[in-house]
Amino acid sequence: MKPSLYFRPTNLQEALTALSANSWSVLAGGTDFYPARLGKPLEENVLDVSAIDGQEKISFNDGRWRLSLQATWSDLIADNRLPARFDGLKRAAREVGGVQIQNRATICGNLCNASPAADGIPNLLALDAQVELMSLQGRRTLPIADFVKGNRRTFRREDELVTALLVPDSGRPARSVFLKLGARKYLVISIVMVGAVLELAEDSRIVSARIAVGACSPVAQRLPLLEEGLIGRRLETALADMVHERHLAPLAPIDDVRGTADYRRDAVITLLQRSLTELAR
Amino acid sequence: MTQQSIRFTVNDTPAEVSVDPLRRLADVLREDLGLTGTKIGCNAGDCGACTVLVDGRQSCACLVPIGQAAGHAIVTVEGLVAKGQLSQLQQAFQDHGAAQCGICTPGMLMAASDLLAQTPSPSEQDVLDALGGVLCRCTGYRKIVDAVLSLGKTTAAPVSRNAVVGARLPKVDGLAKMTGAERYGADSWPADSLVLRAIRSPHHHARFGFGDFAALFAAHPGLVKILTAADIPGQNVFGIYPTGKDQPVFAEGYARFRGEAICALVGDAATIAAIRDDEVPVEWETLSPLQGVEAALSPHAAQLHETAKGNVLIEGRLARGDVDAAITKADIRLSDNFQTSFVEHAYIEPEAGYARRVGDRLEIFATTQTPYMDRDEVALIMGLRQEQIRIIPSAVGGGFGGKLDLSLQPMIGVAAWLLNRPVRCTYSRPESMASTTKRHPASIAITVAATKEGRLSAVRFHGDYNTGAYASWGPTVANRVPVHAMGPYHVPAVYCTTRAIYTNDTPAGAFRGFGVPQAAIALETMLDDLAEKLDLCPFEFRYLNALDKGSVTASGQRLDASVGLRACLDALRPQWERLRLEAADFNETSRHLRRGVGVGCGWYGIGNTSLPNPSIMRIGLKRDGCITLYSGALDIGQGSNTIMMQICADALGVPLSIIDLVTGDTDLTPDAGKTSASRQTFVSGAALRLAADDLRGQILRLANVGEPGRFALDGRTLRVSDGVTDQVIDLARLPAAGENGDVLVGEGRFDPPTTPLDADGQGIPYATYSFSAQLALVEVDIELGTTKVLRIAAAADVGKAINPTQVEGQLHGGVAQGLGLALMEEYIPGRTENLHDYLIPTIGDVPPIDTYIIEDEEPLGPFGAKGIGEPALVPTAPAILNAIRHATGARVTRVPATPDRLRAALRATGRYEAAK
Repeated sequence: MKPSLYFRPTNLQEALTALSANSWSVLAGGTDFYPARLGKPLEENVLDVSAIDGQEKISFNDGRWRLSLQATWSDLIADNRLPARFDGLKRAAREVGGVQIQNRATICGNLCNASPAADGIPNLLALDAQVELMSLQGRRTLPIADFVKGNRRTFRREDELVTALLVPDSGRPARSVFLKLGARKYLVISIVMVGAVLELAEDSRIVSARIAVGACSPVAQRLPLLEEGLIGRRLETALADMVHERHLAPLAPIDDVRGTADYRRDAVITLLQRSLTELAR
Repeated sequence: MTQQSIRFTVNDTPAEVSVDPLRRLADVLREDLGLTGTKIGCNAGDCGACTVLVDGRQSCACLVPIGQAAGHAIVTVEGLVAKGQLSQLQQAFQDHGAAQCGICTPGMLMAASDLLAQTPSPSEQDVLDALGGVLCRCTGYRKIVDAVLSLGKTTAAPVSRNAVVGARLPKVDGLAKMTGAERYGADSWPADSLVLRAIRSPHHHARFGFGDFAALFAAHPGLVKILTAADIPGQNVFGIYPTGKDQPVFAEGYARFRGEAICALVGDAATIAAIRDDEVPVEWETLSPLQGVEAALSPHAAQLHETAKGNVLIEGRLARGDVDAAITKADIRLSDNFQTSFVEHAYIEPEAGYARRVGDRLEIFATTQTPYMDRDEVALIMGLRQEQIRIIPSAVGGGFGGKLDLSLQPMIGVAAWLLNRPVRCTYSRPESMASTTKRHPASIAITVAATKEGRLSAVRFHGDYNTGAYASWGPTVANRVPVHAMGPYHVPAVYCTTRAIYTNDTPAGAFRGFGVPQAAIALETMLDDLAEKLDLCPFEFRYLNALDKGSVTASGQRLDASVGLRACLDALRPQWERLRLEAADFNETSRHLRRGVGVGCGWYGIGNTSLPNPSIMRIGLKRDGCITLYSGALDIGQGSNTIMMQICADALGVPLSIIDLVTGDTDLTPDAGKTSASRQTFVSGAALRLAADDLRGQILRLANVGEPGRFALDGRTLRVSDGVTDQVIDLARLPAAGENGDVLVGEGRFDPPTTPLDADGQGIPYATYSFSAQLALVEVDIELGTTKVLRIAAAADVGKAINPTQVEGQLHGGVAQGLGLALMEEYIPGRTENLHDYLIPTIGDVPPIDTYIIEDEEPLGPFGAKGIGEPALVPTAPAILNAIRHATGARVTRVPATPDRLRAALRATGRYEAAK
C-alpha cells in the first residue's frame, strides 16, 4: 500500500499548486467524505480545504452573492442579510442532516458530492447559481447544470477547486420555496423535492421563474416548460393549476427503497402545485 | 498516512496528539484520550451518538478529521460535570427518566447543551429541531424533550428519593449514564488487546473456498491470525435451542446469507483497519438465493438445512372448538392476507466487547442480554466446561431481543484463547445490521367471524414467518404466535397455525414481541372490518369481546386474576370519544389532510411459552450491616436494576442506601435467566421476594424471634424484635457464610407455573399475561400518502407499577418502535444496511403520549407486578393503521405503510385520484 498524503493548506495558492501536482480527494466539512469510506481503508491523497482563509464566507458584490467554499449550511441559515430569494435554500439548509451536519457541511461540498438527492441543488438551480472553479490555469465559472455531470460525478477537473458559488441578484423582488418529501421528520433522504425562485415586477407579474426538482433524475432538473408558462402571470392567479404532467419530461424517476417511480411522478406534481400555491401566498 | 502533531483543547484542558490527521475525532477522543463517553453508533452521521461541541456548536465527532480540530475547543460529555456535580441538564435527564440504556444520552446532552447556550428557554419546536440529529431507540424521546424543556422552569420532575415499590425512584445506575462513565461493550479493553474483524459473505447464498493466506500475511506484518472454522476448538455451531443448533461461528465453505462470517482477521488495530475485504483470498461460487418464504417453499427450492424438509423449520398449532363450523354458522365472516417486513433492532450500540484468557479460563466482556446462555454456548464452542467461561456483561446500549443471540463472543473467545492475548472487536453499523437477527417478516392469512350482535365467533389464522438462514428464535415465534393470534378476546372457535421457514435472508430472531406484533396487525385490522360491516363502534366492539376475569383463553386457560384489558379501555374511552369528534370536525374543513383515530389491543404472556423459565436471586448481609443484592437480571436499559433495588429494599424493609448491587456477572450472580419475554420484573422480581423472605427468616431465626418479627440494621448492629423482646446482635462477631464475606445469604428461586401444551395447543402456556390498549390520532396527507401521528394514548395493565416512571418509559419506547413498524421500518438484506436507508423514528416523529397505568394485581408477581416491555409495543401499529383507515378509508395490509404504499392504497379505495 503506497503511503497517502494529507495536506491542509492555509491559502488558495498552496491548494491550487498541490492540485496541479498530484491527484487528490478534496475534503471540506467531511460529512460526505467519511460515510463514503466507512469500513474501507483510506488509500488516497486528501486535500483538506477547510483552513484556506482570506475570504468572507458569504458576501455581496457587484450584484452577486458569493458563497465561499467555507460557507456551511449553518452559516447560510444564520445570515440575515440574504434576501428572500434565498429563503428556499435556507429551508433546504435546515433539512440537510441534523444540526450537527449543518454546522460542518459546506454548500460547495454538497454540490461537489453530486448526490441525486442533494437537498441543496434544486434551489441552487432555481437561484441560477454559477460555480466558480480555480486552478493554476485560471478561473472559470459554470452554471450548476453544466457542472453536475451525473450521479456523484461533476465536470470539475482534477486540478481545479470549487472556490465559490455565485448567485446573481437582480435586486427585483423575489420569492422562493423548498419542499421536501421524506418518510420521517429529521435526518431523511428526500423521495422528491422541489426548489423554486420567482422574480417579480412591481405589479407582481412574474418576470422570471426557475423551478427545479430533485431526487427524480440522476441530476436535479429544471422544468423549462412550466417556467415559461409562468412568465407574465400574476402571483395571485391560481398558479398551481398550471402544473401538468408534460412539464415533467426532463425527469427520469426510478424505483428505490424510498419509493417507486410511479409514486415519485405522482408526488412531484403535488409538490409543484403546493410550491406554486405557497409562492403566491 | 504520516502522523502529525495536533493541538486543541478538550473540556478546557489542552490536548496534543500525534496521529494521522484524517483519523476521526471520535476515535481519537476514545482511543487516544480515553474519553469513551463519546459513543460511536454508525460512523456516518446518521445517529448523532458521537455528538460533541466544536467551538460550542454540536458536531458529529465521527465526521470531523482530527486535523480539523487543531486550534479548536472540543467539549465532550465528560466536560459537563463541574466540581463533581451533575449539570442542571444532566440532573434533569436523570430526574425525568430521559435515559434508558443511555447510549444516546451523551449525544442528546451535547446537542441540548448547544441549544441551551443559544436559547436558554427553548420552545418544544426548538428542542425537536436541535435534537433532531440524535437517534434514540429506547425512550420514545418524550422524556428527553420534557427534561430539556424543564430547564429554566420551576416545576421539578416528580421524583421520589424513596425506594419503596410504587415510587418514582430515578435510575439507580443513572449517574454513570449521565457523565459518560458507563462502560458499554466498546468502552473497555485491556491495553495490549489485538483487534478482530470478521470477513463476511457478500452473497446471499454461495459456496466458497479460501486461497493461500501467505501473501496477505506477507503484505501485512501486523496480521497475527486468520481464524476460520478449522480453528474452533469445540463445535462450530450455536443456536438458542439445545436440539436445534444450526448456525456456525464461521461458515464452512457454504454461506447461507449475506453477512455470514467466513473468517476473521486478528492483529493490531492499524493493520486490521488497513486490510481491504477484497484482499482476503476467497473464491466464491454464487448460488441462486431463496429470498422470502415464497421462494423457500416452492417445490423446487434448494434444501438449506438437511434437517428441515421443504425448508420448514418448525410448525406451531392451536385448535379450540370447531372453527369451520363456527365460521359457517357466524353471521359474518371476513378474510384477508397481510405482509410484514424484516425489522432491525437498531440499538444505537453495535455489538462490541473483548475476551481474554485467564489461566485455564476464558473471560468475555461484551454487550449481551443473556450472560448465562452465552456462557453455556461459548463453552460448547470452546470445548471447555461451563465453569471455565466467565461472562461479564458490559452496559448494554439497547437490546430489544437482538442481543439474545451470540454475535462476536465466540470469535473473540477463540482468538483470545488460541493467541493467549486479549482480543477486542466492535461491529461496524453495516456489519451489525447485516449479520444479526431481525424481526421475522410474516405472511398472514386470517379469517374472522362474528355474530350480528358483535360477538366474535371464530378466528382462523395462518402465519408463515421468515426465519432467515438460521433458526435462532424461530421456534419461539412459531409457538408463541398461535397462543396470541386471536388477541385478548373471548373467541370460542380458534384454529391458529404457524410455520418458521428457512430462507437465504438475514436470520430472524427475537424482537420485542416474538411475532405477536405482526399477528396483532392482521387481527386488529380485521376487527375494524367486522365493526364496520356490523355498524358497531370499533372501540366498544373490542370492549364487548375483551377477556375478563374468569374468561377461558383459546388455550383453555382460565384467567382468575389480573385481567385488566377492560380497565385499560375504560381509561381510554373518554379520549376515544373526544378525539373521534375532533377528527370529524377537522375533516369538515380540511382539504388534503385528513385525521382519524384508531384503537388497538394487545396481550402478552410473560416469560417462556410452556418451558421452564426459572430465575434465582440472592441477597447477602455483610458484617458491616450492608446488604448486597446479587442480581443476574440484566439491565439492558429497561430498568431492572432499579426495579430490583426497589423490590429488595421494600421486601426487606431496609433503606436503599445500605444495598449494594452486583449484577450480571456469571461468576458473581446466580442465573436469573435472560432479559427477554418481559420476564425480569415478574420472574426475577418474584424470585427476589422469595430471597428477601429467606434472608428475613434467617435473621429472625438468628435472634430466635418468631413471626411477626421485625429487624433493623444500624451499621454492624442488628436489632430484631417480635414486639415483646428486642435482640441486639453484633454482625461483626458472626462467621462468614458465603464466599463474598456475607454472614447470611438469602436465596429465592421462582419458575412461573405453566404446563406443556398438547397437540392442540391446550394447556397453561404462561403464568400471567399483561394487557394493553392504545389509541392513535393520525393526520394523513392524502395527496402524498404521508402519515403524521399526532397523539398516542397508551394504557397498560402491569399488575403493579414498581416504578411508574419506568413503566411510562417502556410505554413510550414501545410506542416509538410500534410507530416505526407501522410506518417506516423495512430492512432489505443487502440494501438497507445503514441508518439512513433503514429509517427509525426521530424525535420529530414520536408524538405526545398519554399513559394510563392500570394495576390489576397479579397474585404471583412481586407486589402484584407483571411485565411491560413487549405489551407496550403490540397495540401501537394496529392503532395507527386503524387510524389511517378511519381518516381515509384506506386499509393497509402490508407494513410499513410507507408513503408510496399508502398512496397506492388510497388510490385503490377509488376515493382519491392521481395528481394532475
